[in-house]
Amino acid sequence: MAMTFARLSMTAAALLLGTMAAAEDLGDPKRGSRLYQECRSCHDVGRNAKNKVGPHLNELFGRPAASVKGFKYSRSLKRQAAGGLEWHVDTLHTFLENPRQMASGTRMSYRGMKAQQDRADLLAYLRQFSDNPANIPEADPTASAVDHDLAPEIPALKGDPDYGEYLSGECTTCHQAAGSDEGIPSIVLWPEDDFVIAMHAYKSKKRAHPVMQMVAGRLGDEEIAALAAYFGALELE
Amino acid sequence: MKLNRRLFLGTSAAVAATLSAPMVRADGHGKPRVVVIGGGAGGATAARYIAKDSKGAVDVTLVEPTRTYYTCFFSNLYLGGFKSIDDIGHTYGNLAAAGVNVVHDWAVGVDRDAKTVSLAGGATLSYDKLVLSPGIDFVDGAVPGWDLSAQNAMPHAYKAGSQTELLKAQLAAMPEGGTFAMIAPPNPYRCPPGPYERVSMVAHFLKANNPTAKIIVADPKPKFSKMALFQEGWANHYEGMIDWIGEEFGGGEVSVDPAAMTVTIDGEETKVDVCNVIPAMKAGRIADIAGVTDGNWAPVNAADMSTKADADIYVLGDASQQGDMPKSGFSANSQAKVCANAVRGALTGSKVFPARFSNTCWSLIDTNDGVKVGATYEATPEKIAKVDGFISKTGESSDVRKATYEESEGWYAGITADMFG
Repeated sequence: MAMTFARLSMTAAALLLGTMAAAEDLGDPKRGSRLYQECRSCHDVGRNAKNKVGPHLNELFGRPAASVKGFKYSRSLKRQAAGGLEWHVDTLHTFLENPRQMASGTRMSYRGMKAQQDRADLLAYLRQFSDNPANIPEADPTASAVDHDLAPEIPALKGDPDYGEYLSGECTTCHQAAGSDEGIPSIVLWPEDDFVIAMHAYKSKKRAHPVMQMVAGRLGDEEIAALAAYFGALELE
Repeated sequence: MKLNRRLFLGTSAAVAATLSAPMVRADGHGKPRVVVIGGGAGGATAARYIAKDSKGAVDVTLVEPTRTYYTCFFSNLYLGGFKSIDDIGHTYGNLAAAGVNVVHDWAVGVDRDAKTVSLAGGATLSYDKLVLSPGIDFVDGAVPGWDLSAQNAMPHAYKAGSQTELLKAQLAAMPEGGTFAMIAPPNPYRCPPGPYERVSMVAHFLKANNPTAKIIVADPKPKFSKMALFQEGWANHYEGMIDWIGEEFGGGEVSVDPAAMTVTIDGEETKVDVCNVIPAMKAGRIADIAGVTDGNWAPVNAADMSTKADADIYVLGDASQQGDMPKSGFSANSQAKVCANAVRGALTGSKVFPARFSNTCWSLIDTNDGVKVGATYEATPEKIAKVDGFISKTGESSDVRKATYEESEGWYAGITADMFG
């Protein structure tokens, strides 16, 4: 029943994707776009999408794993890619169900999407950004990184990674240096700009978390830049 | 005479005694040596950070008697049934693999002139810098009628492990409608919200397994950490079960009789089924042996956690008297990183950055009802001084409380990875 409903309601996507969609077992992209809210803090998708904590998801379907330029993948996922892993509906289903079952050391510290229908819907949404570049819809990128009012010299500051390493001790009591995420988000290999913007947003209390407001509230511009430089360049096992 | 440290460690006590002359950097390696005593949140973190950051330039030995360390933090969640004992047990294999020389023994002596530590097993360790993170011991005679020989009848369960398992077994064996008593400690003590989280977890267990049972808390303090949050939670989840007797109602006028299983509060004797005695605390004994304590605790300099008594001895965590930080695992971990940075700088000339400290304490009141309190701190010439802080609010939504609990689980995974590698 659920599938019938999903297929009926995806007319727009079917038009967009032509016969590809029929061949693949995809769900409802509208519902998928809501489910995507869970992904967007780490993954950008859409026009001008860029790498954040995770790689951007444009052109995902059919691309070899660990292949987005400029993104630092875990050794674990690179090994899978060397073994020939490509992203298709079936492999994405397996990965999304529990990322670590496919790449035990993946930086994608997401516990997994257990319901088959949820994954199908999410993949239907992501499929829209993949056919070829011309098919990327006129959607805003999901990144909020550009949406800030920091003076330009603040993100431009070059941080001292040694100082950042020392300061990171205050972070790693909660945020694991290995990048895993159980109740507390991963902050390793966060692009420096995003890191800086996020810390300043906590500092100015635009972001809500009280612990982070307190911690960031005490960090100066140099210190935020140092932390961003350190976490952005961390070498992972 | 040239000394080889490994050979030295392996020699008998008799031979060691002949070698106990001062021997700063005397061994064949020529590396500076750090000995860390105590493998908890302070000591394990300090050992790991010094070894990791010095990249082999400093020889780090960690002395910790237990092979499996049970964290005191989250041990209440084991009492409540939210964690297994194995969930809170950690071993030292990763630290050893990261280059820390882990010695499972008791440190029984410190010779500050010779700069050596003697171990119960007979060996002697030389140090250039000594880091003590021994946690707590109990003040003798703090609760009339109780001493360590009574800890089986009336467990403290305030050093996690067998004591915690014992308390849980006694809790499970309570007769229907029985009475659980807690004797709460006076300030300052390890983990300020700990006794009250424990009351919550005991209540959680009893509500499900023995709902007519009662809990009495005799407390020498007029108020306690997160008091409004706990009292709100107790009223919401465990109405009528918990009787907290604070200072003004004689909560400090307490004696116990472990043989008769009675508790006398302000002259009134009560027969109880389980009695959790948490006595007044002091620094772990090795701090006293080393002569760096003043009264119950070891005063330290806020900038680097070095003791006021000896610039080459540092004290971390619960045992230290540092100023405004609560005695918590988070605090000890935070202090350890400042200390590690300073020790490494002193021994290798690496850059020393200014001290910064922080702490957050999460407590679980009932399923998915987590609360927290935290603050940041800075070093002043006088003490570690509080800069800014926050606390959960009463009346928060269940979503916020659930997220707070999940965050505490994330923190537990984070800090134990930070401590043990």
